[in-house]
Amino acid sequence: MQLVQASGISKSYAGTQALKNVSFTLEQGQVHALIGENGAGKSTLIKIITGAVAADQGTISICGNAVGQTTPALMKSLGIAAIYQQPSLFGDLTVAENIALAVEDRSMLGRVDWAKRRQRAKELLDRLGARIDPDQEASSLSMPQQQMVEIAKAIGGDARIFVMDEPTASLSDTEVDHLFRVIGELRAKGAGIIYISHRLDELGRIADQTSVLRDGESIASRPMKEVDRAELVKLMVGRDVSAIFPKQKVPIGEPVLRLRGVGNVGSGIRGVDLEVRAGEIVGLAGLVGSGRTELANILFGLTPATSGSIELRGKAALIDSPQAAINAGIGYVPEDRRHHGLVQSMSVTENTTLATLSAGLLDFGAERQIAAEFASKLGTKTASVDVAAATLSGGNQQKVVLSRWLATKPALLVLDEPTQGIDVGAKSEVHALMVQMARDGMAILMISSELPEILGMSDRIAVMCQGTIAGVLDRAEATQESVMHLAFPVLPKTRGVA
Amino acid sequence: MKSRELAAGVVLGAILLILLFAAPAFFAPDNLRDLLLNSAGVMLVALGMTLVIVAGHIDISVGSQFAAASIAAGLLAKAGLPMPLVGLLVLALGAMLGAANGLLITRLKIPSIVVTLATMIILRDLLRWTTEGAWVQNLPVGFQWAGLGQTAGSVLILVKTLVAILLVAWCLRNLSAGRQLFATGSNPDAAVLAGIRTDAVVTGVFVIMGILSAAAAMLNAIRFSEVPGNPGAGLELKAIAAVVVGGASITGGRGTVGGTVLGVLLLSVIGSALTYLGINPYWEKAVQGVILLAAAASEAVRQSRGLKGAYASR
Repeated sequence: MQLVQASGISKSYAGTQALKNVSFTLEQGQVHALIGENGAGKSTLIKIITGAVAADQGTISICGNAVGQTTPALMKSLGIAAIYQQPSLFGDLTVAENIALAVEDRSMLGRVDWAKRRQRAKELLDRLGARIDPDQEASSLSMPQQQMVEIAKAIGGDARIFVMDEPTASLSDTEVDHLFRVIGELRAKGAGIIYISHRLDELGRIADQTSVLRDGESIASRPMKEVDRAELVKLMVGRDVSAIFPKQKVPIGEPVLRLRGVGNVGSGIRGVDLEVRAGEIVGLAGLVGSGRTELANILFGLTPATSGSIELRGKAALIDSPQAAINAGIGYVPEDRRHHGLVQSMSVTENTTLATLSAGLLDFGAERQIAAEFASKLGTKTASVDVAAATLSGGNQQKVVLSRWLATKPALLVLDEPTQGIDVGAKSEVHALMVQMARDGMAILMISSELPEILGMSDRIAVMCQGTIAGVLDRAEATQESVMHLAFPVLPKTRGVA
Repeated sequence: MKSRELAAGVVLGAILLILLFAAPAFFAPDNLRDLLLNSAGVMLVALGMTLVIVAGHIDISVGSQFAAASIAAGLLAKAGLPMPLVGLLVLALGAMLGAANGLLITRLKIPSIVVTLATMIILRDLLRWTTEGAWVQNLPVGFQWAGLGQTAGSVLILVKTLVAILLVAWCLRNLSAGRQLFATGSNPDAAVLAGIRTDAVVTGVFVIMGILSAAAAMLNAIRFSEVPGNPGAGLELKAIAAVVVGGASITGGRGTVGGTVLGVLLLSVIGSALTYLGINPYWEKAVQGVILLAAAASEAVRQSRGLKGAYASR
């Protein structure tokens, strides 16, 4: 029997098509893997199946019955349980209470049987092989422990359909083994499991069927036995590089940035070795959560390195604050332009000069001149440099942030998703600016989730995976497949001695 | 000038216009002088509060700072120190109290309302315990009006207040520190990412707040021959109300000295105006409350309309 039958599902967010006519079937007793790159539409699809968002088009049937209005409550009552990558427990409640909220009937005046509640939690946790005290407050649990409680919540109810989004991301090998055993039990009982994971090797152990999404479309659905890792990677990336990038060859100079064994315990970055030379654009690729932004935060002194050494222009640099980073010649254009890049209520001028204010008196005339100069150089479209930055379009806002950093005359510019959410025209303008900056001798480290952008703009590509650099590829040898091979983690057992 | 400040100005103008016809006695020089002298203390505190609120914080310990500074002024003068030295020491005390607030907020990352609530209570009860409510009496003759007599002393107070207003307004506009303050209050994350030491900005603002509370205490104390045991109660609320009525955004990033001055004058005039118009002065607080609510409501409407460019016309 088909537990889930989704057909012709389309969904768009604010003009971006997240899913296009996607179909997906989950059979009884099946573990169905759902894979794809960042932004391929996996999350949107499972959100639609769990009722968190509504599809624009298409139908969902659960056990053969079409469901009209999907809401989380309705989908839960139809037997769907979800485990997400990020645990979302109630921190001030105990483990037993958290589990009870998911598995017990809820009526306002029902009497709580505390002993039974604790007993049930204990049984569920034992089944998962997790040694967690049911009376502990959830906020005191470690990340993997919280994840185990989430799993207990999901399997404790009478669900028949399980959606697991990267459930093993924070788990140790033993915990993964327990989880897989439980998944096997659930499957044997006729439940169906939709399983999302970036750990491709893991899928071979548990998945029966694999469906690949790419750019919001269903690309393929194959029995797991018939595909291997290489083929899966190929299916995920097979996007054609249609956009033309203005990248030009410019002379490469001395190393500007040199990282040796750089790490930060808190953000999970470890042993990063990387070099960026003057005139060079190094693309930093990797899956969401691989540690790219975290590495940028180390470089900019937001979370200073706890290990390793950073060298700038041949000299050891201690970067323990953004000011130290700026003084060392580093500029950082953050990913979230609206919240972290601009001060929306300030004028274009004030935003442009924000990182180059000297102590003491402001020189309004000089400030406007600098802002106007950069606005014309970068082609920023603005009514005047005195209007609030909030009134500009996304691409022009990005140019204002770029102006701010160009004004500091940095030796190294770190760009985090520099063209995310800006229109095609502005995008190629930003790319042209990057080439110009490289020509002027700047070293550029560009973080991007867009493979064509990474491949099209970089001289070299450093691929991050699980908090460290998995490999560095030259422009000539890099392909979508080779980048993705490095980006997807390999099981620890097969990776050998680290 | 922005619409919100304009609103405060228009209401103030309307009240003055009504008084001009209904009760011209209001404009007697003595009454105006008393009105201004009475509001000088609130004015200085509200000035500091403008900076604190623009930074996206709040300081409710200013009343207690005012009390500590008042009593310190009395005790130091009584100990025989010359008045200029008394003034300096009192300002230094204010700076220290402000620095304590600022450091607790930025170093320990405790919300400013919690830190200043704690220091408000601690300071207030420390004073209650040490003075046991007793007034500081038998002050030297050089204390009241700084030994200059009432007329010159009054002028001294008003001139110093005016200088403080102009100085803060000028610095806020023309110093890079002022720009950094607005950036910190508007978007602390973006400010940090632009290399601004937001912690230093916030601590500095609380130090200035402490100095201005102490200055307010000093200028207020010298109007009398004795210092009360527990002055400055409720001062924090008056100052915050004046800043909000003056058009500042309580969430930070927006506010002007001009608006605050109008806010202080508006709230100060109401009490006196009611008396002159023959209305029971018990209505004063209620009217002030209505004005505050109207100001807050117009801010909420402004925000819900998502009006942009509020900063540009600063």
